[in-house]
Formats: sequence, structure tokens, C-alpha cells
Amino acid sequence: MFENYPILSLITFIPLAGAFLLIFMTRVSNADAQEQLSKNAPRVALVISSAVFFLALMLTFDFDSSKSGFQFVETTKWLGGGIDFRLGVDGISILFVLLTTFLTPLCILASERSVKSRMLEFMVAFLILETLMIGTFVALDLILFYLFFEAVLIPMFIIIGVWGGKNRVYASYKFFLYTLLGSVLMLAAIMWIYSFSMVNLGDATTNIEVLINELRIPKETQKWLWLAFFASFAVKMPMWPVHTWLPDAHVEAPTAGSVILAGVLLKLGGYGFLRFSLTLFPNASLEFAPLIFWMSVIAIIYTSLIAYRQNDIKKLIAYSSVAHMGFVTMGIFTFNTQGLQGGIYQMLSHGIISGALFFCVGVIYDRMHTREISFYGGLVKRMPVYAAFFMLFTMANVGLPGTSGFVGEILTMIGAYQVSPWIALGAAMGMIFSAVYALHLYREVIFGEQINPNLDSIKDMNTRELIILTPLALLTILFGIYPSLITDITAVSVENLINNFNAAILLTGN
Amino acid sequence: MFQTISLFAPQLVLAFFASQLLSTGAFAKRDISIGVRNFSIFVLLIYSVIGFILGKPTGTAFKGALVIDDFSHYMNLIIGLSAAATLALSKSFFQIEKLDRFEFSILVLYCTLGMSIMVSANTLLALYIGIEMQSLALYIMAAFNRDSLRASEAGLKYFVLGALSSGLLLYGASLIYGFTGSIEFTQISEAISYGASPGIIAGMVFLLCGLAFKISAAPFHMWTPDVYEGAPTPVTAFFASVPKFAAMALIARLLVGPFETIVSQWQQVIVIFAILSMFIGAIGALVQVNIKRLMAYSSIANMGFALVALSAGNESGVKGMLIFMSIYVISIIGIFACILQMRIRDGMVENINDLAGLSKSNRSLALVLTVFMFSIMGIPPLLGFFGKFFAFVPAIEAGMVWLVVLALIASVIGAFYYLRLVKIIWGDESSHEFVEAPKTLRTIALMSSLLVFPILILPLISIPTQSLISRAASSLF
Repeated sequence: MFENYPILSLITFIPLAGAFLLIFMTRVSNADAQEQLSKNAPRVALVISSAVFFLALMLTFDFDSSKSGFQFVETTKWLGGGIDFRLGVDGISILFVLLTTFLTPLCILASERSVKSRMLEFMVAFLILETLMIGTFVALDLILFYLFFEAVLIPMFIIIGVWGGKNRVYASYKFFLYTLLGSVLMLAAIMWIYSFSMVNLGDATTNIEVLINELRIPKETQKWLWLAFFASFAVKMPMWPVHTWLPDAHVEAPTAGSVILAGVLLKLGGYGFLRFSLTLFPNASLEFAPLIFWMSVIAIIYTSLIAYRQNDIKKLIAYSSVAHMGFVTMGIFTFNTQGLQGGIYQMLSHGIISGALFFCVGVIYDRMHTREISFYGGLVKRMPVYAAFFMLFTMANVGLPGTSGFVGEILTMIGAYQVSPWIALGAAMGMIFSAVYALHLYREVIFGEQINPNLDSIKDMNTRELIILTPLALLTILFGIYPSLITDITAVSVENLINNFNAAILLTGN
Repeated sequence: MFQTISLFAPQLVLAFFASQLLSTGAFAKRDISIGVRNFSIFVLLIYSVIGFILGKPTGTAFKGALVIDDFSHYMNLIIGLSAAATLALSKSFFQIEKLDRFEFSILVLYCTLGMSIMVSANTLLALYIGIEMQSLALYIMAAFNRDSLRASEAGLKYFVLGALSSGLLLYGASLIYGFTGSIEFTQISEAISYGASPGIIAGMVFLLCGLAFKISAAPFHMWTPDVYEGAPTPVTAFFASVPKFAAMALIARLLVGPFETIVSQWQQVIVIFAILSMFIGAIGALVQVNIKRLMAYSSIANMGFALVALSAGNESGVKGMLIFMSIYVISIIGIFACILQMRIRDGMVENINDLAGLSKSNRSLALVLTVFMFSIMGIPPLLGFFGKFFAFVPAIEAGMVWLVVLALIASVIGAFYYLRLVKIIWGDESSHEFVEAPKTLRTIALMSSLLVFPILILPLISIPTQSLISRAASSLF
């Protein structure tokens, strides 16, 4: 259907065009219209992002999941010297594009009430952010990938720094500098690969397909490059012990910022591991896999325990995100089908669940302007519908069978068990702890006696919030009972990835 | 005859009109500074493109003293355009401060003439003449606000230290002449290819030290913050942009020309300059509260990045340096166009904290300045990232991965203070009312911010520009 259209460019750049549209609308209008405009800005942004979502949905239907390579590939000459503008999707990246385009309209919908100042700028930043996130997933050129990957920092820095909470300056700095330091090391590695491709392939290129299939990097060098990429992806994931920026960023970010941070930005690291670490540096990946396993298990157990001790709801969910990302890294570095499928599944389901949880926090924060756990209690009497939704997402976060969280965790653990039962055992311990903190949170906030008189006036969810949370709830259950919706799309690409990995290992011996 | 004239037509244009304007100004009955400025901008624009109009003639002139090649054509283009832009920037500032005198435009013209000789120098003597011509004009420009104590101090400081650097330069030149028997680059190169004696190497190091003063590379950077702070802001804009690029080009010509065969010798010197500049620039900027001092340290750091590219010592290194410096000059002019716009009722904004609330009072200016900050930080997709990318790749190709890692770490440290500006602009509460800025400034700021936007990386523009720069770089080899 889309053979003759640059569909990926459209999906990527329509939000950017929308952002420019909003900017230019302010230039032409007078003061009265300005006010009107800042009211209408969310609607314009909503229409644009929904349109992009439908395009992405149509793209997914048109996607042929029985083919292993990249589809809808577009190539344009760009910087010269082998650096081209190349876009394409395979079974792995298309789902992340879908996730991004799905969450963005919801975030915009949620922001219409919760963002108090500079509505127009917020929408511009958000649309630019969407372009950059989609671009990261569809880029088929290493430089182009880095461009999108790194550029995400700018709108995110501004979203946290301008619309954040009290301590926003500290949080945005920490977020920015942490991730920047990680990614400049990757940049050095990318430059090395670029200049190495000139020697190794006879022609400098940063085409990801060519690099994956043809570039053979010496084992010793692979280690350094792997570490450089790791520095970047581990911070983005975030993995223990470089996760400390995440709770700060989450707590200070506005609701929509938290949702997009947990829902999409954390997946950039996992996607990077899948796309680059495993394919470009197979030997090094194999060698460092035990390190990843232990870091993942520590992350799962340690951050679960920390989550239990939090007083701030958002911080608790942020720490639980780190724990769940531990399952992802563990799954990816098992190098077997279940592990990889599970890692991808876990990323997608976490994108939905944690996004939904942050929306849930936003619902009560908008009403009471506090995230203290001790402030709340007994909400079930005042907000029954909210309690039901929150229950569903809490259970999904724990990994209750029947929700999407279960599928991801069980798959990664099956994968890990084949490598080492001890790792799987550690991860299983983490699942128990996750039940501890999640149920603790739920009990404290929803159940119990309502002591705080401020809560007397709290209202249940309105239509807007229902519209936001219902699709998320449906998807959580749908993916919980019908996992092959996702695994069918990823299967061939994952199989292909594993085959290439094994072939590379066999070729070099190890 | 015509061929020889067409070779140095750019210099001829400058010299002729600068002298004409000077005598016109001297005998004029009334203040003609506005007319002189406009005409000088016009002359600079002609100067920048005349080489291209005449079909890019190549060859040597004045018995081999000047060499005209693609490199000098490219440099003339950039120098002319950016000098014209900075001259246009100066107009409103000087008028408001009641400093407007026609001599300023003529000084810019003479300075540009000096720079155009520098980038075409083919003998040590031409090199020295070019540098001195440029520097003498710069000394006067630094002290142009002669009633101000700070400006006079800046001018004097710059002059004394500049004289010292000229001394080093001359000493190096005399050593090289003594050991090779020639001042011509081609003959020096020939003499060195038979082996470089310690005298030649010492001479080369002295030469490089003298030039390091001009680009304010550490450890010869001490004058920079004081002079930047003391000089009138448009002069600072000029200092930070054009002469830096010209001196950098001269270093490139010198290193890959006469000293081509002793790469391993000069590489060490350049690497040391680069590392020191990057870190002193990045760390020194952290504590600054004056925006001009901040830009001074930022330019020290950026010179370090450019030297990283040069240290590769090959063609792609020169190309990387040219790309980096061109992007740097565009950003600097844009940033100063923004700085010059920021006036509050009782004068220029120089303290960083006075920028608070800029996003409320002047949204488009805040947006433009934010774009520049992220660009100079090197965050994609803005142009600054590509500058760094093309500057660092040659160093990696030359096997200096560690140097690039250091450079990247320095740029992360640097990100901190650029971020601080962004934070103050967007986050803090406003304390001042800003005065409406004149149109020229707004136009220049907008134009250069558009250039910094990823427009320049669109294939339609990036590929011809790159081939232009590639030809410029390869003409040196």
C-alpha cells in the first residue's frame, strides 16, 4: 500500500511540521488571538498526533511480518561521505513506533488540564519530542540514529526544566548531563566505526544494514566499542548503578513528561542494545553477558527494596521502572528466542503499564497537588472507578497472569533459566518484592480509613481521564491474554537476529 | 598583467577602498560614519565574492609572496561575509553609546586586508606582515572606546601581550630562516625534507606559540577574558569570530605546507595546545558571571576542538577544521547578535543573571539564544554537532581516539555552563524590562540561527558546501 510513498518520513516529520505550524501561528496573531491560540494549541497537537498514530497503525497492518529484513526503506543522499538519510522498520522497531505514536496523543490529552502555563510551548516541545523519538526507532543510519537519540535531550530538558516541580532545575541538569556523558562515549565509538568502515569495507559508510551484515570488528576492539555503547544505553535504560537520575527526573517532570519518559525514552536504551550491541559486537556481548545479568538482578532486587521505602508515589513507580528494565536487559542478553522476545515484550508492556500508572498519579496530583503517600488513604470510597483502574495497573505492574506484565517477565525468566537458573531465581525474587511494594502502595493510597479531611471533596475521574486510561487498560488485558499479537510481529526479526548472532560467534570461535 | 591583478583582486579591492574611505573621512566636513559603514559592508561583500566572480584564479603573486588557491578563495569568502556581518552588528551599539566614528569601519577593512594576506601567505615575511596588519587594527579596535578605563586597559593589555607574541613569532621565523636559508614556504619544505635539525624544530615551536596567542589557545589564552570583557561588545564579536578563523587557517597552511614532513613533531605541540585549551576553556567558564567573559572561555574551548581536527595532520583534518570553524563563526556572530540585542534601560546586559525571564519579555530572542546554546554545546540535530563530528573524525582516523574522548568529555563539562544560560532564560523570574532591539540585530540573529538550524544539513545545501570545503582543503596538499 505504501510502496510509493515516503511513509516513514511522513510519520517521523508530521509532528515536527505541526510544531512549526504552532510556532508560526503565534507570529501572525495579536494578543487576543494569542490567548485563544494557547487554548487551541492542545487540540491542534492532538489532531496531528492522532493522525500520526493512525498512519503508524496502517503501517503496522501493511507490514509483512514474515520477512526478516527492513521494510519501507527510504534512502536519500545526505551528508556525503557514506552518511545517508536512511529510514526503515523491521519487526522490532515498528512496535516501538506504534507505542510512541500511541502514547503521545494520550499525553497531549492529559496535559490540556495539568499544564498551567505556556501551553503553546509545551505542545511545540512535545511534538518535536515525538518526531525525535520516532526518528530514533526508524533511523537506519548510525549518524542519523545518534542525531535523533541525542536530540531527544533538548525537548526533554526543557519539559522538565520549565514545567517541572519545585526541584526541577536540579532534576533537569542531572538528567541532561548524565545522559550526555553516556552518549558522547557512544559518539566516539560511532566515529571509530565510521573510520573503520573505510578500512574494513573499502568505503566509508554508516548504513546500519551494511555495518551489521558486513563489518567484522576485531574481538579486542569490540570490547571497547561495546563498553562505549553500553555507557550510553545503560544510562538511558537506566541500569543499576547509573539509574539515579531517573527518580529525580520522574518526580519533577509534569505528568505527560513522566509518561513519555517511562513509556518511550527508557526503551531507547533497550532498543539500542538489540539493534547495535548484539549485532555489531557479538563477541563482546557474549563476553559481557554475565556482567549484564548480575547488574540486572541487582537492579531488580535492590530497586524493588528501595521502592518499598519511598514516600513519594512517583518515586516509587520510578524505582519500579528500574526494576522492570532489569528484566529487559536480562532477557536481551540471554541470546535466545524466549529471552529476546520477552525483553521486547516487557519493554512494550512496561511502556503501557508504567505510562498508565503515571497517568493515575497525575489524576490525584491534579486534584490534591501532592504525591505524598501518607497524604492519601481510603480513596476507594471517594473514587471507586479510579480505584478499579489503579488496581488493574498495579496488578499488571506486579506481573499478575492475565496482564501484559506477566508475559514479559515470564518469557525473560524462561530465557534466563536456560542460561543460568540462579539468575532466573534472583529475578523471581524480584517479582515477589515487586508485589510487596506495589501492594503496599495500593493499600496505603486506596484502602484503609480516610483520615485526611482534605480528601472529602475529591472527585472521581472525569471523561477525559477515562478516555486516557481506558485504551491503556484494554491493551494491558489484551496483551496479557493474547501475547501472539506482538510476538508474531517480532518473531522473524528476533529469529534473524539470533541466527546472525550465532553465526558471528561460530565464525570467530568463542 | 590582468591575470596577475585578478589573482590578488580581493586584496586590491580592500586596500584601494580602505584608503579612499580614509581620506574621504579625513576631509569630510560632517560626520559620515553611517555612509562609510554601509559602503564598507558593501566593499567587504565584494571582497568576499570577487575571487569566485573572476573564476577562482590560482597561482602565486608578488614573486611568490602570496599564493592564491581554493583555500584562500574559501577563506576570503568566509572572512568577508563574517566581517561584513560583524560590522553591521556594530551600528546600533556605537550609535547608542555615541561612539560612532568612521574610523571603525576603516579599521575593520584594514584588519580584513591583513587577514586576507595571512590566509594567502606563502613566505614567512608575508605571514608576518599579514599578522601585524591585522593585529595593529585589532589593538586600536579594542581600545576604541577611549574614554572608558576598561576599554583602554583591554587595548593596552592586548597590545603588550600581542607584541610579545609577535616577538616569539619573529624569533621563530629568524631561526627557521637561519637553518633553512629561505623564507619561502616551498623552499623551507624542501630543506626540511632532508631532515629537520633541532633549530628548525625550535623555530617551528616558537612560530606556533606566536600563532597560539592569536587564536587564544591555552597556555597563551590569558589575555582573552580581559580583552573580551573590556572591549566594546561589537568589537568582542569581531575578535571572537573572524581573526580566530584567519589565524587558524594560517596555522593550517603553515603546518601542512612547510612543515608537512615533520608531522610527528608538530603534532605533539598541537595536541598539547588542544587538550589545555579544551579543559581550561570548559572549566574556566564554569565560574563566570559576565557573559562576555563566558564567551571568551567558550572560544578558548572551541579553539581546542578545532586544534583536535588539525592535529590529525591530514587532508580530512584540515577539512574538519574548516567545517568546524565555519560553523563556529556563524554561531558566534549569532550569539553576539543576541547579546547586543539585550539592553535594559540603563545599559547593556552583561551579567548573566540579568537574562532572567528573557523568555517572558522577549520570546523569540529567548528561543534563538536557546538554539545557539544547544548548538554550541554540540547537541544534534543542530549544526554545532556536525562541526564537532567532522572535526573529531579525522583525529580518530589518525588513531587518536583518546584525544577525541578527552574532547568529548570537555564538551560535556562545557555543556554545564551553556545549560545554565538556558536555565536562566527559561526558568528564572524576570527582573528587568528589555528595550526593543534594532532591526539589523534581529535580522542577523535570525539569519544565523536559521543557519544553525538543521537547514544546512539538508542534502541540497550540505553536499555542494562540503565539496567547496573539500576542494579548499585539498588545495593545501
